Amino acid sequence: MEYKYTPADFKSDQEVRWCPGCGDHAILNAVQRALPEIADALDIPHHKFTFVSGIGCSSRFIYYMRTFGFHTIHGRANAVATGVKVANPDLSVWVMTGDGDSLAIGGNHFIHAIRRNVNLNVVLFNNEIYGLTKGQYSPTSKLGKVTKTSPYGTVEKPFNPGELVIGARGTFFARSVDMEVMLTKECLVEGAKHDGMSVTEVLQNCVIFNDKTHALFAGDKATRAEHTITLRHGEKMLFGAERNKGLVFENMRLKVVTVGEDGYTMDDVLTHDAHTEDTTLHSMLAAMKYPEYPVALGVIRSVKDAAVYDQKVAAQVEEVRSASKIKCVDDLLRSGETWEI
Amino acid sequence: MNNLNIRTAEDVVIRFSGDSGDGMQLTGTLFSDTSALLGNGISTFPDYPAEIRAPQGTVAGVSGFQVHFGSHPVDNPGDYCDVLVAMNPAALKANRRWLKHSATVILDGDSLTEENLRRAGFATEDPIAELGLEEYNVVMPAITSMTREALAATGLDHKSIVKCKNMFALGICFFMFDRPEEHAKSYLTSKFAKKNPVIAEANILAIEAGYNYAANTHSFANTYVAPAHLEKGIYRSINGNVATAWGFIAASEKSGRPLFCGSYPITPATVILEELAKHKELGVKTVQAEDEIAGICTSIGAAFAGNLAVTTTSGPGLSLKSEALGLAVMAELPLVVVDVQRGGPSTGLPTKTEQSDLMQALYGRNGECPAVVVAASSPSDCFHYAFTAAKIAMEHMTPVVLLTDGFIANGSEPWRIPSMCDYPEIVPPIVEEAPEGGFMPYARNEKLARGWAFPGKKGLEHRIGGLEKDALRGSISHDPANHQKMVRTRAEKVARVADYIPEQELFGAEDADLLVVGWGGTRGHLHTAVEQLQREGRSIALAHFNYINPLPRNAEQLLRSFSKVVVCELNEGQFASYLRQEFEGLHLEQFNKTEGQPFTIVELKDKFNELLNK
Repeated sequence: MEYKYTPADFKSDQEVRWCPGCGDHAILNAVQRALPEIADALDIPHHKFTFVSGIGCSSRFIYYMRTFGFHTIHGRANAVATGVKVANPDLSVWVMTGDGDSLAIGGNHFIHAIRRNVNLNVVLFNNEIYGLTKGQYSPTSKLGKVTKTSPYGTVEKPFNPGELVIGARGTFFARSVDMEVMLTKECLVEGAKHDGMSVTEVLQNCVIFNDKTHALFAGDKATRAEHTITLRHGEKMLFGAERNKGLVFENMRLKVVTVGEDGYTMDDVLTHDAHTEDTTLHSMLAAMKYPEYPVALGVIRSVKDAAVYDQKVAAQVEEVRSASKIKCVDDLLRSGETWEI
Repeated sequence: MNNLNIRTAEDVVIRFSGDSGDGMQLTGTLFSDTSALLGNGISTFPDYPAEIRAPQGTVAGVSGFQVHFGSHPVDNPGDYCDVLVAMNPAALKANRRWLKHSATVILDGDSLTEENLRRAGFATEDPIAELGLEEYNVVMPAITSMTREALAATGLDHKSIVKCKNMFALGICFFMFDRPEEHAKSYLTSKFAKKNPVIAEANILAIEAGYNYAANTHSFANTYVAPAHLEKGIYRSINGNVATAWGFIAASEKSGRPLFCGSYPITPATVILEELAKHKELGVKTVQAEDEIAGICTSIGAAFAGNLAVTTTSGPGLSLKSEALGLAVMAELPLVVVDVQRGGPSTGLPTKTEQSDLMQALYGRNGECPAVVVAASSPSDCFHYAFTAAKIAMEHMTPVVLLTDGFIANGSEPWRIPSMCDYPEIVPPIVEEAPEGGFMPYARNEKLARGWAFPGKKGLEHRIGGLEKDALRGSISHDPANHQKMVRTRAEKVARVADYIPEQELFGAEDADLLVVGWGGTRGHLHTAVEQLQREGRSIALAHFNYINPLPRNAEQLLRSFSKVVVCELNEGQFASYLRQEFEGLHLEQFNKTEGQPFTIVELKDKFNELLNK
């Protein structure tokens, strides 16, 4: 069915209170543009969109959406959303979360929701900092990062969210940059279409506490063309303003080459297979770090897996229900051993 | 059958005890179920160590199962036993203090090895003398070797044969109390039907061998316990955890809301989750969450989405759920949190009973955060209180903490099966469509409950969350007057539940010299002690509470009308403190115990007599 919603149909009457220049505005824009497309593609009416968030700047998101929304507690969005989705698999359930919310305090729920493959759409805002508490390092802050709680630099290594998702046998992982609204939208639509849990990491700029943290490779259009690679299933892994740089697989490692130089031809350049179940290459792509590699954007992994948790739970209920002699509570109470006095 | 030496008894208490791998729980259950089928009143008490296979032969590793059966309704598992079945010297030592003066002790004579005596910490080779049991009727049949002989022809290996010795002991008890073997036999047959029918056969042979041995040796008196005069009806045996699970399923049926349980396994609450997981045929969805927090959070999500949501736990788990419980209070969603209390603090005594989570249930959250607190008081009434907790949660749109404890959760009793047509409908304030002027998520009805508008309902899109809400629209509000209003509204909503719960009942005369006050799982013991004293002519009454927050409307007047009141609880005085806080100037005596064990009737009566004589 065609609903022909517009982004305005998903805007709430609440004033958006993120700082001017915050990357979150662009993500909000991308989501509000993605939903009309998703509604039509998957036949989801407006009242079935449900947004769940935890705590942090990212989690204020739900107040700005004219959908059902639940702003929960720190770290627990994935657990609450799992309950929503299992209770009613018919809903389109979205989790708006950040690097503190899902990778620190809520790390356990995050990996277990992925492991179960709950059909949620998770948007992970990664700004590598705690913004709402005014600038402490997060589990994705770069090693040595100076913040209020690490005045001499951090001495702990960060998570790479993509490696974490794929390591937990995630079936869908995409990455975008806040400024690339159309790419973010594309990832979100693909994530929604994916049956199972989708995680879209959006590299987001915190203009106040961690400005330009992604700028080296994502600062502007020209930089992004040279230092990131946008992957699309079935397409060659090419990047650069002239699209003459590519990724090849050599000595069990990925390597950046220039097509036409050092004997490398287009045939040597890898073709992206997002659908393969094997995690090896997806993991390597997700782990690519600037400056040795371009940072991978787009849908890195999208694997069909029949075991979708909420659907399995519902199917099991139906299966047992149709086979059971117990049809109501009176039957239950009288099942097994009873005696009469 | 040997009928030469028949006595009758109104009450008998048997304690089966052995190593935690000896199958004592099964032995006790088969004996109590058989007795229930004969129409006896029954109450049971499993008492087992926290370890699955604790060090063999040691006192710490002893697992026990006590069954109290009688020719009248029985509401406690008994303090002291008439018969102790001890499969080894450690079991004898561990249970020495629970013997009645006239008790019969059945000790496996084969177990008296040097090694076993040493492990059990005996200094000599004569445990009977060492424990001062010379005056008791101690019988030491060679249970292990007789089982071995009886089962020699089964072709089973030595280890499997020896495992059947608990059934030999069961056979002895069946003879002593004239119990038929049919129930145990059919249970064993169906239990092992698929896995290994030879095992079933061997266990049955062991029961028969034990029975015949007892019948032939004339070492055992034969005692008759008449059926109890129980109300007519269909009965079944039920324990508190199963009854709790079924109460929720019943509430789901009566409300039309599918049941969802997100939980994390924890002793002694796990059986509720296990039981719910079995009943998908009635639409139950269970999520075994990654931790306690996810247990409650998935349930909160399910409540938001329109399910009857419950989560089950025990003390440490309730601590972990505190923050999320606060969210449910703030979001005003229906949720039942079951806390099967155990000994605390911290990991405490996982398999032992206590009532020490009361304050945590009442207050263990940040902010002004009121929740309804209800307590069940017997294995079978867990059904009723689980149902009621769910009804209150949904109709008043509030979280409810249901307190049970290890004693009633694991204990079992015969239960007259109710008919669901006798249970009330549950009518939550579900919003189907937006009223004129638009849907206001925090608009309230006469109970002060807000509307339950779940995702998927057209035109009702709204946002809720843990931030303070505008009193009507539900949007974020930091307005001082609004916060004040919301704090008091949430408190008043919970207080108003008092209009929908029954008044506090009194067992005994309104002008009794002593009022005994209890709450939750101690009812059986308190009731028995008070009833016995009443029969002995003492002026004593009992008020046993199930509704803790809010308290019944008549509670204050009732408590103030007695000149002497003693509050008995398995903690250091939490309910007493709560009552003093609620009702200023109330003078209360206390009787407290935190040994991880239920009260004994004897100690209760001693205390009450002391207070009456004061």
